[in-house]
Amino acid sequence: MAENKGVLVCGEVVGSKVAAITAELLNAGKKLKDELGQPLFALLIGKDIEEGAKEAIILGADKAYTIEGPAFPDALPEIYVSLVAAACEKLSPSVVIMGQTDMGRDVAPRLAAKLKTTAVLDCVALEVDPDTKVLLQTRPAYGGNATAVWVTESQPQIATLRPRSVAAAQPDTSRKGEVESLSIGIDDSAVKGKLAETVKAEAEGIKLEDAKVIVAGGGGIGGAEGFESLKELASLLGGTIGVTRVPCDEGWLPLTLEIGQTGRIVAPDLYIAVGISGAPQHMAGCSGSKCIVTINKDPDANIFKESNFGVVADYKQAIPAFIKKCKELRSS
Amino acid sequence: MNIIVCVKQVLDPDIPPAKFRVDSASKKVVPPEGIPPVINPYDAQAVELALRLKEKHGGKISVLTVGSNGADKVVKHAISMGADEGVVLSDETFEGSDSFSVAYILSKAIEKIGEYDLVLCGRQAADWDEGLVGSVVAENLGTSLVTLAEDAEAVDDGLKVKRVTLDGYQVFVVPLPAVVTVSNEVGQARLPSGLGIISAARRQIPVWKAEDLGVDPSLVGSTAARRKLFALSVPARERKCEIIEGETPAEAATKLAVRLREAGAI
Ligand SMILES: Cc1cc2nc3c(=O)[nH]c(=O)nc-3n(C[C@H](O)[C@H](O)[C@H](O)COP(=O)(O)OP(=O)(O)OC[C@H]3O[C@@H](n4cnc5c(N)ncnc54)[C@H](O)[C@@H]3O)c2cc1C
Ligand SMILES: Nc1ncnc2c1ncn2[C@@H]1O[C@H](COP(=O)(O)O)[C@@H](O)[C@H]1O
Repeated sequence: MAENKGVLVCGEVVGSKVAAITAELLNAGKKLKDELGQPLFALLIGKDIEEGAKEAIILGADKAYTIEGPAFPDALPEIYVSLVAAACEKLSPSVVIMGQTDMGRDVAPRLAAKLKTTAVLDCVALEVDPDTKVLLQTRPAYGGNATAVWVTESQPQIATLRPRSVAAAQPDTSRKGEVESLSIGIDDSAVKGKLAETVKAEAEGIKLEDAKVIVAGGGGIGGAEGFESLKELASLLGGTIGVTRVPCDEGWLPLTLEIGQTGRIVAPDLYIAVGISGAPQHMAGCSGSKCIVTINKDPDANIFKESNFGVVADYKQAIPAFIKKCKELRSS
Repeated sequence: MNIIVCVKQVLDPDIPPAKFRVDSASKKVVPPEGIPPVINPYDAQAVELALRLKEKHGGKISVLTVGSNGADKVVKHAISMGADEGVVLSDETFEGSDSFSVAYILSKAIEKIGEYDLVLCGRQAADWDEGLVGSVVAENLGTSLVTLAEDAEAVDDGLKVKRVTLDGYQVFVVPLPAVVTVSNEVGQARLPSGLGIISAARRQIPVWKAEDLGVDPSLVGSTAARRKLFALSVPARERKCEIIEGETPAEAATKLAVRLREAGAI
């Protein structure tokens, strides 16, 4: 077998710009490139991606490859996978990284199966073992209870990187690099189904991932009405609200607000957890917060161990008093 | 509609975090004493979706698990929920298999069953949380695939599946047979009925071994694994928590606001 070489970033574009995750992947890729001593490539699939390809070079790619074709999410995943697989066969990279996004989490396992290798999803850190030169892929396991570092013993080593786990690459407009359009045709035999509809639920207000302040409520809130005071607090602090799995299961609030392993991963400056016990599956989504403040009536709740400040109290009495004092402090 | 559901036995994900331990030297999770393993919650939800499809469209539900001693429990759990039958796939050579080998074993069993319209897997197994097996089964079988389903229904030209995305959803229509991985958005799995538990307890769950499946021993087990664990640890998430006290909850909360202001947090 020919030796695999190069780090390939499977990018995503939004309009004519590369997506935020792609800039992060390029930054992660630059580090791997240095550690491996191998070139960094970017692959972009879509329409009118010339601009994006140039941007990928400015952000650190040595060479950008483009494939003219349907872009995710409008493309059927099987088409997308067959294009990426064909590109991998052509380029024989040793490492392929993509984002843990709607695209990556669907495409990476299929790609791995096609290329007879494996994939390690949702990595939070990627580095090269200096001795063996293999990719060390760090990811949470057991619902956030454990951290596992995997190595892949087949080629290419495919990983997806969790958004915001690495800073975005900084543009360097002096960088030069070639853009090459790969002529890979769409393999119609790969097409199995059809995509009937893509619906984006417009998030109201601040996106959880962008919020500086999150007031999160859990099962202890006891019902939809209880969230009114949390919403008031959130808007007072210029933030937004989030929830654990329980309020979603109970139908108090939608699953789109769920924070945790299977929900959103957030890292605000301030995370106020109210009526939340601190299950690892939940903490996996908020443990990156700068300051965690807990209000819970059970002094033994696990979440206190993972908080910076805590009050042992019933939220029904604590929150109104907290809101009142915050208002006073803010107006003084 | 004949449905095959792949279910895995996992460490109970609801164990208190203090009970979760790893042995970093052997890179193994130490199962806590007295807490029995359970059916992977996403797989219970896959069984739930299968039952809803069966209620609407008829057919049969078979469950498969790759596991060793005691793995028949998860098959019985699915049967007590309402699945029709199940098989344990077990062989010494399967020990230490990775997702790809597990998917290979499952694919062989699915081919042996032969008549199926739909294979359901969980979106991920709640132990290693990998989320690979379903996609690989689809690739092995050459069927269509939709990941992260929150709902599915049979339509004229196959199966209509709603896939969860980060800010919304997508609707796919795929021809059958298909593989679908099920996300928690399908909703809570029903609890086994009393009658279901009794009848499942009586059932003898067949075991298929490597040779029954025609599994190539060189493609399974730890030596065939394409990925290896390099390190395993428990993340340090503990913080030093400053508990703010007060005569009343309101007073404590007021002091909290003052303290957070001092700390520059609000
Ligand atoms: C495979 C899997 C994946 C999961 N993924 C996620 C995920 O992504 N996100 C997630 O959040 N969960 C997830 N869960 C669920 C998770 O394991 C916990 O069950 C859940 O996070 C618990 O939510 P909670 O803390 O709000 O509720 P509970 O555990 O019910 O805790 C409620 C807390 O509120 C306190 N309380 C009660 N009343 C009051 C009051 N009046 N005032 C103050 N405090 C009060 C109680 O003392 C208690 O500590 C997952 C579970 C599984 C099995
Ligand atoms: N040992 C197993 N036996 C049966 N099904 C499995 C097994 N391992 C994984 N699966 C199926 O594949 C899904 C995804 O698992 P994983 O890729 O390991 O996260 C699970 O939810 C199950 O449906």
